[in-house]
Amino acid sequence: MIDSVLRTVRLNKSFGGLIATNNVTLEFERGQVHAIIGPNGAGKTTLINLLSGDLLPDDGEILFNGRNITNLPPNKISQLGIGRSYQKTNIFAEFSCYENCWVAAQSRLNTSMRFFRPARQLKAVLERTERALELCGLSSRRDSRASAMSYGEQRQLEIGMMLATEPELLLLDEPLAGMGSEESLQVIELLRRLAADHTLILIEHDMDAVFSIAQRLTVMVNGRVLETGSIERIRSSQAVQEAYLGVAEDAV
Amino acid sequence: MSALIRSMPLLAALLALVLFPQFGSEYYVGLLTRIIIIALFALSLDLLIGYTGLVSFGHAAFYGIGGYALAIAFQDASVIPLWQALPLSLAAAAFAALVIGWISIRTSGIYFIMITLAMAQMFFYFFFESPRYGGDDGIFLFLKPVLMVGSEDILKLDQENNFYYFALSCLVSSYLLLVMILRAPFGKVIKAIKANEHRVRALGYSTSGYKLVSFVIAGTLAGLAGFLEGAHSGYVNPSYMSWHESGVCIAMVILGGMGTLYGPIVGAFIIVLLQNFLPELTEHWQLLLGGIVIAVVLFLPRGATSLYPRICDLIRRSRRGEREPQETADD
Ligand SMILES: Nc1ncnc2c1ncn2[C@@H]1O[C@H](COP(=O)(O)OP(=O)(O)OP(=O)(O)O)[C@@H](O)[C@H]1O
Ligand SMILES: [Mg+2]
Repeated sequence: MIDSVLRTVRLNKSFGGLIATNNVTLEFERGQVHAIIGPNGAGKTTLINLLSGDLLPDDGEILFNGRNITNLPPNKISQLGIGRSYQKTNIFAEFSCYENCWVAAQSRLNTSMRFFRPARQLKAVLERTERALELCGLSSRRDSRASAMSYGEQRQLEIGMMLATEPELLLLDEPLAGMGSEESLQVIELLRRLAADHTLILIEHDMDAVFSIAQRLTVMVNGRVLETGSIERIRSSQAVQEAYLGVAEDAV
Repeated sequence: MSALIRSMPLLAALLALVLFPQFGSEYYVGLLTRIIIIALFALSLDLLIGYTGLVSFGHAAFYGIGGYALAIAFQDASVIPLWQALPLSLAAAAFAALVIGWISIRTSGIYFIMITLAMAQMFFYFFFESPRYGGDDGIFLFLKPVLMVGSEDILKLDQENNFYYFALSCLVSSYLLLVMILRAPFGKVIKAIKANEHRVRALGYSTSGYKLVSFVIAGTLAGLAGFLEGAHSGYVNPSYMSWHESGVCIAMVILGGMGTLYGPIVGAFIIVLLQNFLPELTEHWQLLLGGIVIAVVLFLPRGATSLYPRICDLIRRSRRGEREPQETADD
């Protein structure tokens, strides 16, 4: 039996008549990088939204460290140690880069219902903020307004904010999308470093990146899990070749 | 711009306000007292509109409740002890804000505007139609609150100057209170909620709790303003809570510059002074007032107070010969 951090059991979600998540049963092993790939509209983001509490499933269960988190709101799930980054950049546009990470880092206080002492005197938050900036590679851009940064930098900030909450399980929705090759390499390097002491669930279209970081792979098509297993197994799977990888490689 | 230059006009204005009663006539001291009270009302709304992203269209409810709590409890009293009357008004406004807030923060955007408006209207009609509380005519108060220690009167608010300084110190302490709150962890969270509530929740905050606390703080400060207005004018009536009052309050916040604490104060000065002096110029003064509000919103979308940093910036840049504004964010 594997030591799973997160498990989904027959998860379903539909939008009107569209079944975006169809009977998804998956297990994510502690300490591993588990990539989810699939064509556009396969339901990858929807699955992440269910895991992070941004969406509620129609039925099925989600277990995190053995605990049922199926109907918990996003803030509770975040507090349990699941962090996520968004495919569509979701930051505080008018805040500085530093303040974006600050708000994230401050969320790990017991409570932010504190009214008297200035926030910037909180050393623990300060350190978490600095560490997150350092990790995502934006230390030198700390005072820039987020909306004035390049798209690639905003993507880095997206990851930095997630890291500032110090999660144990990271849900990364296309972290490399829209990045230049330089930035991409940096982020791949970061993910590799994070993989040493975190569990990662990584959605990514960049196959080279996926094959270089991930240990396990799940292929989704039309809301369903087509195949899941080790990299080698997926590479050699006939069904995957036909349904997805062949197409993807042709397209590149 | 250095913090000192930035806060210079603020300190100068405070000094002018402190010294004013030495020079101004009793009429103007009274007018200024009224402006200070309205400024406090607008300041409290800015915590919601400018910092938390909650556009409340029912803020006058708390202003009215602050006034009515004083008037109802002390209309027949032979003396109004400040340290009983003031906490009573604040508690009544806070409690009302807790209830109204608890219901309305479940909604957002246009629905939040509508529900706060509807709640305030309910209070308006309750007092409008209750003969016990004077109905349409409201309640008169023939005494002013007194601050007593033992049987000694420390501060009697029936002297115009005393009332003036009392109102001014309420405004200044509320201002400082908000500065403190906004710098504290709580303030960071509500500003983030205004920017992107969804992300704040995803980062692990239960946002509704923060919005509710912000709503209660703002409602309580509005109650303080209502208490002062009731005590100062000696008269409380349902129009305190009318949607018109809420609307003018929003206009003052926007006109002065929301999201800055001094903006709403300046907005209150502009609107009350215009309301006071325009009628002497023309009988179509309301039209003129509307025109001025529209012009400010069009040409200074960040409010009248954004003029000062703009001018400072312009001077500084022309000295240095720079052209492009820097892209660093303000704290
Ligand atoms: N909130 C929503 N309302 C209605 N339909 C939705 C919603 N979110 C997603 N969908 C639909 O569900 C399907 C799955 O979408 P999803 O975003 O999960 O795909 P994806 O695998 O992340 O695709 P991509 O690679 O383009 O990001 C799509 O057909 C999409 O149009
Ligand atoms: Mg997606």
